Amino acid sequence: MLTRLKRMLVKEFLQMMRDPRMRMVVFGLPVIQMLVMAFALTTDVNRVKIAVLDRDRTPASRELLSSFTGGNYFQIVHRVQSMDEMTRLLDQGTVRAGIQIPSGFAGDIRAGRPAQVQLIADGTDSNTTAIILGYADGIVADFNGRLQGHRTGAVPVEMAIRAWFNLNQESRLYYVPALIGLMLLIFSLMLTSIGIVREKEIGTIEQVMVTPIRKMEFILGKTIPYVITGYITMTLMFILAILVFDVRIHGSILLLYGLTGIYLCGNLGLALLVSASASTQQQALLTAFFIIMPCVLLSGFMFPIHNMPKVVQYVTWVNPMRWYLEILRGVVIKGVGIKVLWPAAAAQLTLAVGFLFLASKRFRKTLS
Amino acid sequence: MINMRRTAAVARTEFIHVLRDWRSLFLAIAIPMVLILLFGYALTLDLRNVPTVIWDQSRTGESRQLVSLFDGSPYFSIKGFHEGYAPLQREIDAGKAMVALVIPGDFAEKIRSGVTVTIQVIVDGSDATTSRLAASYTRGVGLIYNRKIAVASLRPAASGHLTEGAVKLVPRVWYNADMRSQNMILPGIVAIVMMVIAAMLTSVTVAREWETGTMEQLISTPIRGHELIFGKVIPYFVIGMIDVAIAVSLGEWLFHVPLRGNPALLFAMAALFLTGALFLGMTLSITLKSQVLANQIAIVAGFLPTLILSGFVFAIENMPPLLQCLTYIVPARYFIAIMRGIYMKGIGLEILWLNALLLFVYAVILILAANRRLKLRLE
Repeated sequence: MLTRLKRMLVKEFLQMMRDPRMRMVVFGLPVIQMLVMAFALTTDVNRVKIAVLDRDRTPASRELLSSFTGGNYFQIVHRVQSMDEMTRLLDQGTVRAGIQIPSGFAGDIRAGRPAQVQLIADGTDSNTTAIILGYADGIVADFNGRLQGHRTGAVPVEMAIRAWFNLNQESRLYYVPALIGLMLLIFSLMLTSIGIVREKEIGTIEQVMVTPIRKMEFILGKTIPYVITGYITMTLMFILAILVFDVRIHGSILLLYGLTGIYLCGNLGLALLVSASASTQQQALLTAFFIIMPCVLLSGFMFPIHNMPKVVQYVTWVNPMRWYLEILRGVVIKGVGIKVLWPAAAAQLTLAVGFLFLASKRFRKTLS
Repeated sequence: MINMRRTAAVARTEFIHVLRDWRSLFLAIAIPMVLILLFGYALTLDLRNVPTVIWDQSRTGESRQLVSLFDGSPYFSIKGFHEGYAPLQREIDAGKAMVALVIPGDFAEKIRSGVTVTIQVIVDGSDATTSRLAASYTRGVGLIYNRKIAVASLRPAASGHLTEGAVKLVPRVWYNADMRSQNMILPGIVAIVMMVIAAMLTSVTVAREWETGTMEQLISTPIRGHELIFGKVIPYFVIGMIDVAIAVSLGEWLFHVPLRGNPALLFAMAALFLTGALFLGMTLSITLKSQVLANQIAIVAGFLPTLILSGFVFAIENMPPLLQCLTYIVPARYFIAIMRGIYMKGIGLEILWLNALLLFVYAVILILAANRRLKLRLE
C-alpha cells in the first residue's frame, strides 16, 4: 500500500512542479499577494485631505484651522472662495471633507456667543467618515478647552484608553495573519478541486482507475501534496510577516502548525466534495468560488462577526476560516494557548472530520 | 473584417456549452445573488453592539449613571460585570468581550468634589479597526457624561462657561447622510461580481479547447482568431449584464440603496468595465493554455485587486503612497469611483469622464492583447 501511495505522491508532485508557471502560482503568488495586500489593508485614517472656505479671515479662524492641521489628522489641500468650488471638489473626490467658517466667527467668540463652524464630510466611505467626524469633534473640543482656559474647572471624567495586544492599534497586525488564512483557503480549495477534475475532464482519471491503486490511496495521493505545499506557503508567508511587517508570533509555534494542519485537511475535504460533484473545471472553479466567497466574508476578516444578525452568526459556526482566524488571532497576536482556544480548535476539528467523511462517501460513489 | 456568420456560430456553440451546463449557469447567477444578499443583510462595517464587560469598583449612583450611558448606547452591549482584572482578561482573551471598563472605587467622591476621575478603558487591539472605532465611541460616551454632569451640577456659572463663547461644530455628511455602509458597498459589489463572473469564466474557455484537444478541430475550420475570440466572449457578456441588472434591481427594491444618477450611464459604464474584464480572462486563457493556471491568475490578478486595491472597503488614500500608485492600474478603482459617483453623488460624465476614458483604454488594450496572443496554429 505504501509503495503505491508513494508512487502516486511522486506523480502528483512531478505533475504540479513540472510547469515552472505552476511553481510560480504555488509559491510566488502568495508571497507577492502578501506584500501588496498587507500594505493595502489598512483602516488607519490620517492626513485626510480637506478644503477650506474661510469667510472670516481673522487670527481666530486661522488658529482654528491650524489646530485642524496640527496633528497628523488633516491636511488642507485647497483654499476655496465659494461654496460652488467646495461642492465641485467634493463631487470629484479630490477632498474628503470641507470646513466652512462663516464671517463673524471671531466676533461671535469675542462677544461670547456660540460660533458655528460647518464641517461637510463625504459619506461615500462611511467608516472613514465616522473616524473623520470623531477627529473633528476632538479637535474642536480641544480648541474650546484652550479658548476657555482656566475658566472652567477640571473635566469630570477622562477616558484612559489602552489597546491590549496592539498598543498603537495598527490594523496591519491583524490583517497580515488573516491574509495567511485567506490564501490557504483559496489555494488549497481551488488547486485541489481543479486538479482532480482536470483528470476527469481530459480523461486521464480512467488510466489511474485501471491501476491497482485503491480509492483511499488515490484520495491521499491527491491531497497530501497540497497539505505539504500549504505548509510551505504558510511558512513562507509567516517569514515575510515577521521580516517585513514586524509581526511577532506571541504564542506557541507548535500549536500554530498543528491547528493549521487541521485547517488544511478541512479545506481539502471541501475540495474533494467539490471535485466529486463537478465534471468540468469551469464547474469546479465556480463551485469552489461559491464556497470561498461566503467563507471569506463571514469569517470576520473584513466585517466583524458581532455586527451580523444572530442567525448569520450561527451560520459562521460551519465556516472553517472563521475558526482559523480566531486561532491565528489568538496564537499570533494575543499569545494565548489551547486553554483559551480549545472551542475554536474543537469546532475546526469537527468540521474537518465532517468534510473528510462526507467527501470519502461521495467519492466512492462517483468513482465506481 | 469580422465575418458575422462565423462569429455567430462560435457564439452559438459557447451559448450551448453554457446552457447545457446548467450548473455553471446557475452558479454564475447565484454567486452575485448570494453576495448581494450577504452584503445587504449580514455584513456591515457600521459598528454596533460591541461586547463590553465592566468592573465597577465604585457601585454608586454616579457610577451606575455612567454604566447606563454605555448600556443605552447602540454601540455597546454589556455582557457582564466582573471583579478584578483576571476575569476581564479572560473575557478579552477568549474574544467574548472587546471592551473592558474599570471604574475606580473613588469615582463618586471625585465627581462630587470636582476632581477629574480617570476611567480605565481596555480595548482588544487585535482587531484594530473595531478597537479604534470602539475607543472613539467610549470617548464620546465620556463627553456625554461630562456634559450631563456640567448641566446637572448646581453650578450655573460653570455650565454656562461650557457653552458660552465656545465653537460649535456643525457636521454634515453629504451623499450618505445616515452613513449606511450598504450604500457604499452595493455599488462596489457590482464590480466584484463582474470581475468574478467575467474574468473567471472566460479564463477557462480557450484553455479548455486546448486541453481537451478540440482546438485542433477549430484550427482546421476557416475561422479567424478575432472571430473566435468575439464569439466566445458574447455569451459571457450577456451573463455579466444580467448579473449587473440583478444587482441593481436587488439594490433598488430590496435594500433601497438610492440611485441618484442616470441608470443608462450606469449600465453603459458597467458594459465598458465588463468588456475589459472579459478580455482579461480571455488573454489569460489564450496565453496560458491551462485552465488551472489561467483561473488562478484571474483570481490573483483580477478578483483580489478588485476586492482589496479598488477602494471597495479599504480607502485608497489611507494606503502607503507606493501602493496608491499601484492602484492606478486596477481598473476596478475607476469603475468603483464611477459607480459611487452615479449612485451616491448623482454626478455624470462631466466629472467622471477621465475615469470612463481610462476604462475604455483598458478594454482596448486587452482586446488587442487577446487578439495578438491567439495564434491558430498547431505547435
